Amino acid sequence: MEPKIKIRDMNFYYGDNKALKDINMNIYEKKITAFIGPSGCGKSTFLRTLNRMNDFIEDTRVEGKITLDDIDIYSKDIDPVELRRKVGMVFQRPNPFPKTIYENIVYGLRKNGVNDKQILDEVVEDTLKSVALYDEVKDKIHKSALELSGGQQQRLCIARAIAMQPEVILMDEPTSALDPISTMKIEELLLDLKENYTIIIVTHSMQQAARISDETAFFLNGEVIEHGETKVIFSNPRDKRTEDYITGRFG
Amino acid sequence: MKKIDFKSKSGMQRNEKIVSSVLFLFGIISIFTTFGIVFSLFEETVLFFKEVSILDFLTGKEWTPLFEPARFGVLPLVFGTFLIVIFSSIISLPIGLGSAIYLSEYAPKKARKILKPILEILAGVPSIVYGYFALTTITPIIKSIFPDASVYNALSAGIAVGIMTIPMVSSLSEDAMMAVPNSLRQGAYGLGSTKFEVATKIVIPAAFSSIMASFILAISRAIGETMIVAMAAGSTPKMTLNPLESIQTMTGYIVQISLGDVPYGSIGYKTIFAVGTLLFTITFILNIISRTIVRKFRRVY
Ligand SMILES: Nc1ncnc2c1ncn2[C@@H]1O[C@H](COP(=O)(O)OP(=O)(O)OP(=O)(O)O)[C@@H](O)[C@H]1O
Ligand SMILES: [Mg+2]
Repeated sequence: MEPKIKIRDMNFYYGDNKALKDINMNIYEKKITAFIGPSGCGKSTFLRTLNRMNDFIEDTRVEGKITLDDIDIYSKDIDPVELRRKVGMVFQRPNPFPKTIYENIVYGLRKNGVNDKQILDEVVEDTLKSVALYDEVKDKIHKSALELSGGQQQRLCIARAIAMQPEVILMDEPTSALDPISTMKIEELLLDLKENYTIIIVTHSMQQAARISDETAFFLNGEVIEHGETKVIFSNPRDKRTEDYITGRFG
Repeated sequence: MKKIDFKSKSGMQRNEKIVSSVLFLFGIISIFTTFGIVFSLFEETVLFFKEVSILDFLTGKEWTPLFEPARFGVLPLVFGTFLIVIFSSIISLPIGLGSAIYLSEYAPKKARKILKPILEILAGVPSIVYGYFALTTITPIIKSIFPDASVYNALSAGIAVGIMTIPMVSSLSEDAMMAVPNSLRQGAYGLGSTKFEVATKIVIPAAFSSIMASFILAISRAIGETMIVAMAAGSTPKMTLNPLESIQTMTGYIVQISLGDVPYGSIGYKTIFAVGTLLFTITFILNIISRTIVRKFRRVY
């Protein structure tokens, strides 16, 4: 199968600090790829290169090539705003807008000129159902999103991302601020979502990576040490450092 | 680890008490002076309204307190002030908000570093300098475009007041916008927003209450501004909405009388207290409106 995203000889710099070194990776469609590795090894940085969120950080630089469906996302004719519509993102801390639940979900659609109330209502209901939030919030869809619990807020943020019908969803530790039950709900949700989306998730939880991902990449000091099928990585890692990290003997 | 000796709690508590009573004293002083000022204002105002009816004062269309026949309709002064507010707002609100958006959402760090101090310096320029600027620069420009304009006119003063209040609007609005957490911006960018969309759809709504408060503060400032209008707007109380004419504002009238030789205790003398009370009431109401807006629209991010 053709990879959805291809990363070739990629380096990333914060000023003079080379945060990612010589990355080569294929990411496949309709699979969950997990990034694991110790703090500061460059997982978030890498994730942000895939939807060009690093563009907002002053004095940063990318070398090499990243393609989405064989189109170079750093080429001059690519509009990063357009790219981010295709490559959605969910953040570590839930960050709903200080608006109603409804307005949070339709924000992106309205922005793109979709104003038909019927369509918007439908999208709100569908996306809330697909993140398993509908029953919990159906009576307060027009209330502030900030009244939701952290776990509900995070599912709302996922709904907000899905409403844009992206092709790829990037998630940076989406459950690290949540309790075990909310975490479980989101994990189930991701397994459902991968039928339609390509998902990349950064996580500090080995169990989470093992439970939900098809592929796992282990990062260390800005390098990808090992990348392959999750089963293989967890049962039979090639590199000693990978083994040390996943068994908790690291550092 | 070495054992640490903490300072004794009782000593700290004694200091706390002294500090808190000194601060309490300062608080009391400021409250009493405010009350004192308001009281002295009201006292003379009451005397004024023994001679002139409140209704005539508030609805009268002629203001000629020092001539015969003396008339005490304050509306011309209110119109004058209104003109200044309109034209200063046309300048200060959009430019102030625009520069706040630029500084908080667009400007690279370096530009911020240069622009912020410049704005702060602008805020510290005494208003007499703006008055001088109005007379020597703005008025000639207006005269070259509208040859019929009077030498003293509301437009020139209004523009100068507007320029003076830009830094206030921009720095308060910018503070409010900078207080909007970055995670909201990131969330919006992640959904494919442009910078402009992030600024207008996310940041401004989130900072709305403080931005409105800064607008109202700028308007209050324009209502209370004295030196610029005394220098550039003229001293002709006139019920007009034509900004090219010479007018007089409430504050302009108060300085004119204060500096003149109106005898103490005369009706002319008392008028400035009545006008002062009106001025106080208007700004007080604006203040309450601004507080209500801030409370009602305050966002918890
Ligand atoms: N905005 C930034 N400016 C400069 N350096 C940065 C910035 N963000 C990250 N870095 C540096 O890049 C390196 C990788 O950081 P990154 O945030 O990608 O790590 P991470 O793997 O996501 O860590 P964590 O698991 O703690 O989230 C770190 O050395 C960090 O100091
Ligand atoms: Mg990270």
